[in-house]
Amino acid sequence: MKRYEMPPSFRLKIDRDLCVACKRCTDECGFGVLSYDHEAGRIKAEHARCVACHRCMVYCPQSAITVEADTHAYQQSAAWPVHLREQVYRQAATGGILLTAMGNAMQYESIFDRLVLDACQVTNPSIDPLREPMELRTYLGSRPDSLEFEQEGGYRLKTEVPPQIRLETPVLFSAMSLGALSLPVHKSLATAARTAGTFLNTGEGGLHEDLYPYAENIIVQVASGRFGVFDKYLRAAAAIEIKIGQGAKPGIGGHLPGEKVGDEVAATRMIPAGTDALSPAPHHDIYSIEDLRQLVFALKESVEYSKPISVKIAAVHNIAAIACGVARAGADIIQIDGFRGSTGAAPTIIRDHVGIPIEIAIAVVDQRLREEGLRNRVSLVAGGSIRSSADLAKAIALGADACAIGTAALIALGCRVCMKCYTGNCSWGITSQRPELYGRIDPHEGAERLVNLLRGWSLELKEILGACGVNSIESLRGSRMRLRGIGLDAQTLEILGVSAAGASC
Amino acid sequence: MTYVSEGRIASGCSVGAFIDRSGRAISGDVVVELMASMRDRATDLGAGYAGYGIYPDLKDFYALHIMYDSPTAQVRTEEMLRSRFAIKRDEVMPTRQVDSIHAAPLLRRYFVRPSHLALAESRLDEEDEFVRRTVMQINAGLEGAFVFSSGKNMGVFKGVGYPEEIAEFFRIGEYDAYCWIAHGRFPTNTPGWWGGAHPFSVLNWSIVHNGEISSYGINRRYLEMMGYRCTLMTDTEVMAYLVDLLVRRHGLPAYLACKVLAPPFWDEIDRMDEPDRQVYESLRIVYGSASVNGPFSIVCGYGRGMFGLNDRIKLRPMIAAEKGDMVYIASEESAIRAIEANPQRVWNPRGGEPVIAQLYEDVAV
Repeated sequence: MKRYEMPPSFRLKIDRDLCVACKRCTDECGFGVLSYDHEAGRIKAEHARCVACHRCMVYCPQSAITVEADTHAYQQSAAWPVHLREQVYRQAATGGILLTAMGNAMQYESIFDRLVLDACQVTNPSIDPLREPMELRTYLGSRPDSLEFEQEGGYRLKTEVPPQIRLETPVLFSAMSLGALSLPVHKSLATAARTAGTFLNTGEGGLHEDLYPYAENIIVQVASGRFGVFDKYLRAAAAIEIKIGQGAKPGIGGHLPGEKVGDEVAATRMIPAGTDALSPAPHHDIYSIEDLRQLVFALKESVEYSKPISVKIAAVHNIAAIACGVARAGADIIQIDGFRGSTGAAPTIIRDHVGIPIEIAIAVVDQRLREEGLRNRVSLVAGGSIRSSADLAKAIALGADACAIGTAALIALGCRVCMKCYTGNCSWGITSQRPELYGRIDPHEGAERLVNLLRGWSLELKEILGACGVNSIESLRGSRMRLRGIGLDAQTLEILGVSAAGASC
Repeated sequence: MTYVSEGRIASGCSVGAFIDRSGRAISGDVVVELMASMRDRATDLGAGYAGYGIYPDLKDFYALHIMYDSPTAQVRTEEMLRSRFAIKRDEVMPTRQVDSIHAAPLLRRYFVRPSHLALAESRLDEEDEFVRRTVMQINAGLEGAFVFSSGKNMGVFKGVGYPEEIAEFFRIGEYDAYCWIAHGRFPTNTPGWWGGAHPFSVLNWSIVHNGEISSYGINRRYLEMMGYRCTLMTDTEVMAYLVDLLVRRHGLPAYLACKVLAPPFWDEIDRMDEPDRQVYESLRIVYGSASVNGPFSIVCGYGRGMFGLNDRIKLRPMIAAEKGDMVYIASEESAIRAIEANPQRVWNPRGGEPVIAQLYEDVAV
């Protein structure tokens, strides 16, 4: 028979001198790479299944395992990069859409990495965050353009300010559903959000009963599948988000395979266990901006205008005009997800080729909202490849009120970005619904790691603010003069509203 | 000579101001003396004065002080002025030749009122807004013309030179005002130019400023959204427009406007009782982009009074003093003592805590 398979991408090297065949690795691997060979009396590996998640390597008590990239050579061709040849092999074998997970893996240049931040020297002093207050508190919601006060003894506010949510640091956790993620991960995120004074977004999978006590720190999502949406869910939350799109798969619906729909996921989503959870590409009641407005106000009515309504959209070519429409449709918060945003499952071709970078999207949306006098009316949240506090600072300087992190949070819990979330085999227990795997996540420990991450980023952000000579985040927000571009073309710089390095103020 | 700066001007400086709350007019010589004692804080790159109550005979007219870099600019500007205003008086600004002051622009002043027709056509029911927009249009759109003063019964005089020399040039000693605000400039990164000297002024507002605004980028974008055009690329212009927006257009009391510019810290707000907590929380939520970060001390004149304000962690000096009807604000105590040897009270205002001094309620000016 002819053989078409590709050689494995990774190879496990087991140091036979160190290995005591304890079989720990065979339990640790969610992908069935490692097993015990009874005849030979030693561990054997099926390299082709390995996804380089490192679980075996990290947990081997003897440190006997190393995961290596397989070094097999292909004839070089700039026209046919290896990953494209491999896509063809796979597709020729299956005739299907190739699936993947996490964010865009293509080598598009990161604009964040082409932007540098400013600092003060002499004429305006830098501020030392160890010695002076440094404020990161951020509110998200719609704001009036002005306030009215009356004087009765002291000042009294006459204007009614629409509902806001308060973040102690300008980072929240991106929408990631129960189903895509395991319950212990949701618990970790919820606990961390509460401790750090920020928010978890349920994604489209509903809110598990165990998480209702954390509802003050939870944004609930209403997506096209309407999974888990009922009145208690809407009333409990701090804010409600309508999900229109996602950076990893703009214009594409969702598919949670039945294998990942166990009892907990089924109960939370309000669907029978074992059935596929399909989210349609559009909401079947939203075919226009005025339809969106009706849903926004239906939700506002349902909670008596007591909480902000967010709308999440993917960064696509016409994002500025779309965002203005969304603002006019009554959204209080617009969350924009850039083309590097992650997913639990998406067609590779969509993930890697649709949408635009978040840096561009946030810049054009912020600018257009200002030109139309709408910027106060909505808060902007940027997501999709916020990888460090530097990205966070740059996104805020471009105009975001806050940023959402998904992949970074999962990496904090051990994720190695192997891009196999959709298989349900996650050895770290993050995206698996198999009890023997998700049991590996201890929500307390997970929360602690997430809080550490947020704390670390917050401290770094304070250093950045201090170096810029400001002591509150609102003085960096939208202050593009604090950015300079290196090696960006003139049109991109103009679109970003940023000068090239070397230009004076 | 450059009248329009290519880059943004940041500066360190001296500020000085006083008011007689009874409305008594004080000669400009006094404010010159105040500034002369702080010569170290100034350079020959810019100085200026704002006097309130200096045009009592023409107090119902907007006094437009305009600098031109060419007769052409003057012709074009005057054409625009004639189409929009009834001009009561039009004259060359009285000046005196001073050796150290070179290349002064053409300086004229006009006492005007919006014409009924132009006002009706503009569909603005407010004269102030009409004048403000006209000033912005000239400054942004008419090359070589710059309106540096546009209030009523007040005027700004400024240019490139030391404070004493600019005073001599503009004959400041010949004006009497109940409130004087002055500035000596120490620019840090660009040569001085006439329009870039302080005070910055729009309508009755005038501002002198010592500092560099580290939040300039967002303050400017915020103002642009609110319909202002920042043509001068200076920090202080932003300050002036913010005050105009907050107090004149949004009607905030001066005290709360100061709390927007230099807001209390969140942990102070968290400790406040209601309804104060709500007042300051909402101010920060709504006006976050108008808060001014970085080192500054400013004095702002607004017609009936003035206020002085420091950034909230007081990164620039500002001293206040009081004696009888007089209230003084200056970068240095020695400057105040140069004109008032025995003040009743001298204090160092806390960062973010405004010093507000205005005419007594029954005083008409």
